[in-house]
Amino acid sequence: MSLDASIPTPPLSVDLRKDFEESGVKDVLDELDRTLIGLEPVKTRLRETAALLLVERARKTLGLNHDTPTLHMSFTGNPGTGKTTVALRMADLLHRLGYVRKGHLVTVTRDDLVGQYIGHTAPKTKEVLKKAMGGVLFIDEAYYLYRPENERDYGQEAIEILLQVMENNRDDLVVILAGYADRMDRFFESNPGFRSRIAHHIDFPDYADNELLEIAETMLGEQSYHLTPAARSALSDYIGLRRTQPHFANARSIRNALDRARLRQANRLFRAADGPLDAAALSTIDEGDIRASRVFDGGLDVDRKGA
Amino acid sequence: MRVTQGAFSFLPDLTDEQIHVQAQHCIDQGYAVSVEYTDDPHPRNTYWEMWGHPMFDNPDAASVVYEVNECRKQHGGKYIRVIAFDATPGWESIRLAFIVNRPAQEPGFRLQREEGPGRTVRYSIHSYAADKPEGARYA
Repeated sequence: MSLDASIPTPPLSVDLRKDFEESGVKDVLDELDRTLIGLEPVKTRLRETAALLLVERARKTLGLNHDTPTLHMSFTGNPGTGKTTVALRMADLLHRLGYVRKGHLVTVTRDDLVGQYIGHTAPKTKEVLKKAMGGVLFIDEAYYLYRPENERDYGQEAIEILLQVMENNRDDLVVILAGYADRMDRFFESNPGFRSRIAHHIDFPDYADNELLEIAETMLGEQSYHLTPAARSALSDYIGLRRTQPHFANARSIRNALDRARLRQANRLFRAADGPLDAAALSTIDEGDIRASRVFDGGLDVDRKGA
Repeated sequence: MRVTQGAFSFLPDLTDEQIHVQAQHCIDQGYAVSVEYTDDPHPRNTYWEMWGHPMFDNPDAASVVYEVNECRKQHGGKYIRVIAFDATPGWESIRLAFIVNRPAQEPGFRLQREEGPGRTVRYSIHSYAADKPEGARYA
């Protein structure tokens, strides 16, 4: 055997389709399609990112010049639109594509990064960054990091360290900033360094009424509950009404509503039942359980006028 | 004279990539990895200065390499080692230690003989570097 034969020569072609299926990326994207309802623009962006990384990897195997793309992202959208869930999937996706080594997600807010005293912030921020290395750092409500009204605020210090590590350790971690769209815009305006280091801005749209209903049924299905047809139409009315009331948080509001409906269902069963109950009775949510909500008579007490 | 203590010390100096692989192995075994430095090269000098806390819950070795480089910025002229502490119940010990940074000049050791009663002779070694005060040894 000659010496040359032992040196692997770069392959002459790559099969992207095969790569796509073998790397497990297809599974992640399929699961995303199956389990996440709505969010079309987000799914499109995820698919595009996956394609970019696959092509980048293929270029690498062919020995072409490649430059690791920056993948720091910002997720903007109203509360309850699935930003954290998508971040979790994103970490998984990047891990399968070999872009991050471990693929774990570290979720932090201002409190985890900014210290209380002088000299407290830098070690705290570095500790979090080190923990996130090899994975994805998800900073929820990132705009709280910057408080322009207080010029001695330590948030600025955290931002500087964050920017430095985002730039120098690009291969080690991916940072995702998340928050409400308008406040994030203001945050980026006052921190131009962040804007230029984040290439991907993904906007999470609000869910439509029918999507929320679908989400509600999926949530209930996971807990093996189901709705009667009357309860289903009650819930659909509920969603329409709840949207017009304050503090509406998309899927999170629905989850809370369902939790309260389960509470009422349990109470109803407890009071009304005088004989043995079967599994069907225990897992049925009826119209009354939903219609009893305060949403149907004008909203939460705190927001009711004159109360 | 090249100080040889800990693992890999007869090999050429490890690159950052090699440090990463070694540290990752330790993390995967469940050891807590930490970085230490000193300017006293005596082999019986067991307790080196700690650089930051031991990294108990970092799943990736990139953080170790990051800390080694941070330590090099400040103590680049001293010895820096990475140690892996195994806290498995009943074990509680260092499983692996290796030097990742050493001074440009290592002056070595002198052998000292102390004559005792009768014909006894006690031997000890003394680092030439330790003649200078702490902090000025490997300037």
